[in-house]
Amino acid sequence: MIRQEFSRIDPKRRAALNHRGKQFEKPAYQNVEYKHRLNFYITPPTADITLEQFEQWAIDRLRVLAELEACSFRNKTPAETAAHMKPIIDKYLPLSSSTSGSTALQTERQKDHYSHFILRLAFASTEDLRRRFSRVESMLFRLRFQADDLRERQAFVEGLSLDWETVSDDERREYAEDLRAAGGGYPKRIEEESYFKVDWDRVPELVESRRVFLKAGKAYVPGREQLSMVVAEFTSKLDKALELTSRALPRLDEDDRLTPILTHLSQNFTTPDANYSSSNTALPGADISARNVDALSASFPLCMQNLHRSLRRDSHLKHYGRLQYSLFLKGIGLNLEECLVFWRSSFNKITDDVFNKEYRYNVRHVYGDVGGDSNRRGNGYSPFSCQKILTEHPPGPGEAHGCPYRHFSVRNLTALLQNVGVKDQEVLRGVKEDKEKQKFHLACNRVFEYAHKQEIKKVRDDGTWGAAQLETIVHPNEYFKRSYLLKNMGKNPIDGEGKSGDVKMED
Amino acid sequence: MPHSVSPENMATHEQPQDDMVAEAPAENGETQASENTFVADAEAEVENTQGDETMDHDMTMEDVGVQGDIVPEVALKVEIKSEVRLEDLFADVESDEEFPSSNALNIKTSSSPEAPSSPVPTGGSGSKPSDSDVMRSFYQRLFPWRHLFQWLNHSPTPSTDFGHREFAFTLQNDAYLRYQSFPTSDLLRKDVLRLMPSRFEIGPVYTTNPRDRKTLRKSSAFKPLAKEICFDIDLTDYDDIRTCCDRANICNKCWQFITMAIKVIDVALRDDFGFKHILWVYSGRRGAHAWVCDKKARHLDDQKRRAIAGYLEVIKGGAQSGKRVNVKRPLHTHVARSLEVLKSHFQTDILHDQDPWETDEKFDRLLQLLPDKTLNEALRKKWSSAPGRASTSKWADIDALAKSGVSKTLDAKALLEAKQDIVLEYTYPRLDIEVSKHLNHLLKSPFVVHPGTGRVCVPINTKDLNSFDPLEVPTVTDLLGEIDEWTAPEGEEVKAIQDWEKTSLKPYVEYFRSFVVGLMKDEKDVKVKREREENGDAMEF
Repeated sequence: MIRQEFSRIDPKRRAALNHRGKQFEKPAYQNVEYKHRLNFYITPPTADITLEQFEQWAIDRLRVLAELEACSFRNKTPAETAAHMKPIIDKYLPLSSSTSGSTALQTERQKDHYSHFILRLAFASTEDLRRRFSRVESMLFRLRFQADDLRERQAFVEGLSLDWETVSDDERREYAEDLRAAGGGYPKRIEEESYFKVDWDRVPELVESRRVFLKAGKAYVPGREQLSMVVAEFTSKLDKALELTSRALPRLDEDDRLTPILTHLSQNFTTPDANYSSSNTALPGADISARNVDALSASFPLCMQNLHRSLRRDSHLKHYGRLQYSLFLKGIGLNLEECLVFWRSSFNKITDDVFNKEYRYNVRHVYGDVGGDSNRRGNGYSPFSCQKILTEHPPGPGEAHGCPYRHFSVRNLTALLQNVGVKDQEVLRGVKEDKEKQKFHLACNRVFEYAHKQEIKKVRDDGTWGAAQLETIVHPNEYFKRSYLLKNMGKNPIDGEGKSGDVKMED
Repeated sequence: MPHSVSPENMATHEQPQDDMVAEAPAENGETQASENTFVADAEAEVENTQGDETMDHDMTMEDVGVQGDIVPEVALKVEIKSEVRLEDLFADVESDEEFPSSNALNIKTSSSPEAPSSPVPTGGSGSKPSDSDVMRSFYQRLFPWRHLFQWLNHSPTPSTDFGHREFAFTLQNDAYLRYQSFPTSDLLRKDVLRLMPSRFEIGPVYTTNPRDRKTLRKSSAFKPLAKEICFDIDLTDYDDIRTCCDRANICNKCWQFITMAIKVIDVALRDDFGFKHILWVYSGRRGAHAWVCDKKARHLDDQKRRAIAGYLEVIKGGAQSGKRVNVKRPLHTHVARSLEVLKSHFQTDILHDQDPWETDEKFDRLLQLLPDKTLNEALRKKWSSAPGRASTSKWADIDALAKSGVSKTLDAKALLEAKQDIVLEYTYPRLDIEVSKHLNHLLKSPFVVHPGTGRVCVPINTKDLNSFDPLEVPTVTDLLGEIDEWTAPEGEEVKAIQDWEKTSLKPYVEYFRSFVVGLMKDEKDVKVKREREENGDAMEF
């Protein structure tokens, strides 16, 4: 009896024990005192919490993170995001400053600490989840950092003991011009700003946007850019830790209490437009074939119409154009054989030989017909969402992919819209305003509503389509599907019931 | 076909007349004998009733039916025979010309099988550099294997820097072979000679030997660790602004775009990022690659590579984006410095040589980029009335008209900035950014032969950048000829001389060697230092 008790070690604590020393030592930081409001999440929690707390805290944090991600998808500015998030954070994950004198200070911080680590467990499993988790966690950290009291923030940063070298006054004067140019003309007098220098690769985002002066591999970072450095530090630490967690996961010495909760959590962390499965895109009665693409293209969103026009004009598209367009066509239900036929007939200036050698493989890869195991099993890539098109791979010279609302100049965009039949001055002005405010999806939806004015009015009046089916479009394939259904309402025999059920499935 | 048919016909033609055939059945029995005679009779009949020509025709048809298996074989043999004859003919004709010895023969022998296999002409004129014999000699005698090895290995003794490095071969039949790796340069050389790739590419160093990647328990354990940061500049990206050539063609005028690009990128990488070992390589046709080989550069992750790429990228957006240069004011040090470098090129290489705004629709593009409407109208009027006015004059007109005060609302600062942006748009390097962003991107190795042009991808010495002429870069056939032409200098020459030293490849190999030596020296220092540091750490523990 006694021996049994001695040999039993709480599995959670096993790692924290010094096996050579006192075997029954209490974890050193069982009850951490949280000095700062912000947390770099270096030390894992070791105190006991109940299962209910475990689940509830994680769900609360997840709510905040999901909302934050949604904000970034909608292209909200930092200020808008902060305003939008404030009530949500206050409700689910409040975090008071040290000076507030709140009695719940330590509990709040504990919840923040623990929930972070729980979600880390839940989202460490796959590369994709890790990347998203690290992205939103960094966003949350940035949001809090900005909202933090100046003095507390300073104390927190000092507590991190990051090795940043201060730029001397002489050096600052010597490079005054360069420093000011990098800061966009700021500061007017160089004495107003303090600078410190670090290896450039510690501030990659500042380097990427040329917001720092570089000299011999050192970046001269102005004091006000501290935020970006601290966030970069946070992200890199988190990324490393997630990597380690994922390696430790298979060895997680766990019974069946936590695993189901963790799986459940990670499954719920999906975005509305991240997965657009082909199963719910089926359009009964539609002739989706290579020779019909020209006709169907009337229902395409502007990005795809632009690709289609470029393809017809040049008989060619560059790599990302082909990728974006092939995936879209796959999404509307064009099968691999038809897609190959489509590309072959569209690239009419090259020989069969060249086509087979240089393009066939790529199209097949997109459909998951060739390539690595995971690509084949997953049936290739999923069609790009607006989010992806807007943020990844902006088009370069000679490329036609991307989102016209974002990547075209106002003048060219207007010309393109007029070409596809949007001539209403009111709409064009609206699009221009949306573009200036960087609300590209609003512009796209505006055009959609204009192009389907009558049909939308009809389904709204009939009550056949509810609000859910008419909400903002955030995926090109959704655009097509909705457009096609609206345009073919009369002609489609399987209208009404079956169709609206189909649409509902997406939510 | 006439070759293949005639001997066949001869053979079958003889058969019925052959006594042996008629006699053979007699030994076996009567019935067969009668059958055979019947056949012979029937044929005799045909011979009688129809003309000679039709008979021949009939016979061949029959042949195909009866002896189908043999026909193609015979045909093949005949073809080969005829080819040999052709070759001999050519060799005779050529060998007394100025091309001496085996070299000319090499080209001819292999050019004939090449012809039927690819109906689409590959663009090479006359000699085919992808021919195996030419390529074999090149890889055997000229390719600087040892220097390539030291370049990638960073020390004379083989290490994982080389051993875990991915090589990818493009074979003659265009198959693409990835994840090849070799412990030493000798083994790489051996495999290249065995497979005779038309070119090969260099990828990253991986966590394990790329050949063993499938034996790992978890596929995620196989990851790229390090690779030089690469930049790819290709003249096709300049097609909307270069007027002298398009697509795959280049001349000395448009090569200036590459010269400018190298200047701008090279100085930024050295001064701003502090890199020292930057190797520029001519890509064989219409572009250049940069390999940044510093240890620090090799180990950067994708995010940091993206940061460098973004830092260097000034021209953004596609053909439809309108104004593509949108830089903040005051100009960042890098942009200001680039502008300073590019200004003189703009005057000579762009305005004078390219003459980009010659015609009406072309100068429309220029007017789009200028801010003041009234000024634009005045310029349009002036230029339309003088068709064919040179771009240099047009560029000068902008300032002249602006000064004359055509426009009351003219914002001089905005005009100056617009003009700076135009200079940048027409001269600033256009990088194929994807190559630089990813650690595991493969890039063609230096010193391989471009399959289309036959030119060797030689390193470009940035000290003599202005004198580099892509059209003067030796082709593989030139080089092999030079070996043959070479004669030992008069006097006592005992030292063995390598084949590349006999050719015009010599300066390039020597430059590469000095580059590699410099790299290895720095690498050694770093190693010693690191060991010391590690020891220091250990002491502290």
